[in-house]
Amino acid sequence: MSRTIVTLVGKDKVGIIATVCNFFAENNINILDLKQTTSQGFINMMMIVDTDEYKGSTADLNKGLEKVGLAVGCEIRAQHEEIFDMMHRI
Amino acid sequence: MVELNEVFETINMVSQENLDVRTITMGISLLDCIDPDLDRLCEKIYAKITESAKDLVRVGDELGSEFGVPVINKRISVTPIALIGGAACSSTRDFVRIAEALDDAAKKVGVNFIGGYSALVQKGMTAGDRLLIESIPEALSKTERVCSSISLGSTRTGINMDAVRLMGDIILQTAEATKEHDSLGCAKLVVFCNPPDDNPFMAGAFHGVTEADRIINVGVSGPGVVKHELSKVHGESFEVLCETIKKTAFKVTRVGQLFAKEASKRLNVSFGIVDLSLAPTPAVGDSIADIIHEMGIEYAGAPGTTAALAILNDQVKKGGVMASSYVGGLSGAFIPVTEDRAMAEAAEIGALTLEKLEAMTCVCSVGLDMIAIPGSTPATTISGIIADEMAIGMVNQKTTAVRLIPVIGKDVGDFAQFGGLLGEAKIMPVNRFGCAAFVDRGGRIPAPIHSFKN
Repeated sequence: MSRTIVTLVGKDKVGIIATVCNFFAENNINILDLKQTTSQGFINMMMIVDTDEYKGSTADLNKGLEKVGLAVGCEIRAQHEEIFDMMHRI
Repeated sequence: MVELNEVFETINMVSQENLDVRTITMGISLLDCIDPDLDRLCEKIYAKITESAKDLVRVGDELGSEFGVPVINKRISVTPIALIGGAACSSTRDFVRIAEALDDAAKKVGVNFIGGYSALVQKGMTAGDRLLIESIPEALSKTERVCSSISLGSTRTGINMDAVRLMGDIILQTAEATKEHDSLGCAKLVVFCNPPDDNPFMAGAFHGVTEADRIINVGVSGPGVVKHELSKVHGESFEVLCETIKKTAFKVTRVGQLFAKEASKRLNVSFGIVDLSLAPTPAVGDSIADIIHEMGIEYAGAPGTTAALAILNDQVKKGGVMASSYVGGLSGAFIPVTEDRAMAEAAEIGALTLEKLEAMTCVCSVGLDMIAIPGSTPATTISGIIADEMAIGMVNQKTTAVRLIPVIGKDVGDFAQFGGLLGEAKIMPVNRFGCAAFVDRGGRIPAPIHSFKN
């Protein structure tokens, strides 16, 4: 399974998570885990998603997420999970 | 599973603190290209490099996109050209043709530098070595991406003072040949004592003869990340300071390890080493001098600087060594002046002098690096500065290097600009007393007593 970490930062408002989740559903991307916090009107979210059934590359995924980000006024990016495991786990 | 705060820590390192993979460098052996016919030699060199590295830039960019950490440079190092061209070249012009073939190959595959226009003359020079060295001014002025390095000494062999003396002239001639661009050619020319065979960083990268046919070496970055972490431990003891650097170096190096493994897999080239060096850039905050300042020194160069740099260098190694399966190259902290904005500022206000930089090179990973000096500096003085630096490396069994840029037509206080990652700085003063009678003696300095370990 290719696990990708998607992070989102921005000003909180109604429908951010819904829009992002719809994008994943439309692109055959399964959400495995979702964590989020909001503080002083800002949202920090991290999703772990399975991209095995996704047709494009990570670059394509990032392009798609950039569009979604523009629509909801947040910065969204996707990165392979391995980079975080390498840096934060021995 | 990774936690939210860990994920955002990594993202902040990239977006706020300039964390990047500084270079993925493919080492390519050219030993199988050797041919007595110069045309055929150049064709073989071009063909081997363009075939071996055809996917290097694409893979580097792919990795950057997938892991979300940019790969700034994709580069190539080759076997020292003096060895490859010796049989085919009977003039300096012949060697320049090889440099042009390297430059063409670098442009074809899209790498920004190719290193290895080199000679290893730490004990003596062959006719080929001498021709290559004498061809450097023309080679570096006629090519764009070729980098040159010359090994002038080692702990095992001593220092080749004939070559040290010759390089004083060659550096000045290279400056003269590229004077239209603030003597930029000298930024692509470095001399070494004890150079590593697997250094991924320019200008000193070459592919040693003991290496495999092709290899992937990765250099990480991260001065900005270390500085940011240190800003959280103001006033704490040295124990806390050291632990903080060590932990940060571990994380930064893990990025290099991941990229090196992945690049090696995708390019089907074996993984050589990760170089732990903290490499600064002219970007604000991405600076070794800023780390020294963060440690409590008013400006780099003030008393305490050498101790601070020694701590930094040692803790980076201690943290980094555990993060990678193979560590090599220079692995320490770089202290280039023009490439490090805060270092250049410290020099400009007089906090940092050439002599203090020399002391700092005793405890860091390289040497006198990217220092703009007056174009009127005599060749013998440049040779004297090189001899001092080589002696530090030889006696302390470490790599030292000199990359001085005598900027033709400019003097102390004038501004020299090299552009991009090479940066800019004011020209630093050089001691005005001479050493011609010393460097003109000829011959070589014998190996030090502690080299006789057998």
